[in-house]
Amino acid sequence: MDGLTAVAQRAPGRWQIADVEQIRVETPRTKTFRLRLPMWVPHLPGQHYDVRLTAPDGYRAERSYSIASSPLDEGVVELTVDRLDEGEVSSYFHDVLIEGDQVEVRGPFASYFVWRGEEPVLLVGGGSGVVPLMCMLRHRRQIAPELPMRLLYSARTRAEVIYADELGADAIVALTRELEGVPTPGLARVHLGRIFPGLIAAEAFDSGLAFVCGSNPFVEAITHMLLAAGYAPERIRTERFGPTGSLA
Amino acid sequence: MADEKPTFVSRGFTGRPRGPGADRLPPGQYLERGFPVLTAGPTPRVEPAEWSFRIDGMVGNELEWSWEEFGRLPAEEIPCDIHCVTKWSKLGTSFHGVSVDTLLESAQPQGEFSMAYSFGGYTTNLALDDLTGGRAWVVTEHEGAPLPREHGGPARLLVPHLYFWKSAKWVRGLRIMDHDEPGFWESNGYNNRGDPWKEERYWTD
Repeated sequence: MDGLTAVAQRAPGRWQIADVEQIRVETPRTKTFRLRLPMWVPHLPGQHYDVRLTAPDGYRAERSYSIASSPLDEGVVELTVDRLDEGEVSSYFHDVLIEGDQVEVRGPFASYFVWRGEEPVLLVGGGSGVVPLMCMLRHRRQIAPELPMRLLYSARTRAEVIYADELGADAIVALTRELEGVPTPGLARVHLGRIFPGLIAAEAFDSGLAFVCGSNPFVEAITHMLLAAGYAPERIRTERFGPTGSLA
Repeated sequence: MADEKPTFVSRGFTGRPRGPGADRLPPGQYLERGFPVLTAGPTPRVEPAEWSFRIDGMVGNELEWSWEEFGRLPAEEIPCDIHCVTKWSKLGTSFHGVSVDTLLESAQPQGEFSMAYSFGGYTTNLALDDLTGGRAWVVTEHEGAPLPREHGGPARLLVPHLYFWKSAKWVRGLRIMDHDEPGFWESNGYNNRGDPWKEERYWTD
């Protein structure tokens, strides 16, 4: 793809101190943090940054967060953070961090769950799994609006839809806990209920990649549907998070 | 790194209570009580009847065990802590399986490196030094039960002193090599060795 920003396989970034330029409330549980970086490098859509919090006694906590913004947004990255109930780092981001604060980060990292301009592309996200997919969608809209890319996004309720006003004709939102299909501004297509095999089959492409991101049960369910819809395993890239496996 | 005096302090951050076991957590890791699942693609479905384990490549003697033959090898209980590069650690867990020392005994390895390979196409590279000396196993049980499919069942590699992506799920063999070569995650931005105590997460760490 000629239109993609050329990104060399760079050495991973060093720790650097970013300025929190803006905080946007996306949903009751998610906020987007716009960070300005002194040593910014363009990322590939799908990559993540590590953040590190340090307490006065030297105690540290680290987590990884997917980048939501396009690499054309120079000098900044936007990280959308889901607030987890027991989240040591996510609760700090939500409850303590304010605009003008600083936060230590390094990145961008990883080069597997990334979009390098392949086409066509099917994106399937559950909950905050939509974040790296939104990065891909935003970047595609900027550099190659004609490139076939579709997003299937499963959220529980309308209020929990992240980036709602940016989801247009290239997105289908599946609302698993809404009873009525009242159109929502910005949402071109709404499906009531879970993503089901027929929906995947209808939106599947004959070629290209599928990126699936969400909780492990969500990713398991969707990859089964994709395999049944004719996607070979090599065409499916997954990123899993959240609720732990059955082994306690 | 943990001993360094921090030059940057996060305003208003105190962190979780420093509980017992904190000294068993490598830098940047947090304690996880569950067992998260991380796989790059669809979960392979491998039945014990079609599973086998091979040792090939630069060896004097190529070996292969069927599931049944593998079950007759001397096995042991392996209590361990595991550390995932995505930052969670699970402490005080246990697996059951066969030491790689036992598997290599009659193979006569002629190289210092290896590539573990799995059903589904996953690979990860390990120096033989990291696989021998009672530090690596091929395991078939976790905490007394057959290893679940999503965690690599019927069998996975277990190399608890390295980040857990080195403990290849659905493992089907070890290729002994005379040179080092990056495996799947090692080709995708992650560190070649992955020692959690040195926080070797990414390429240049």
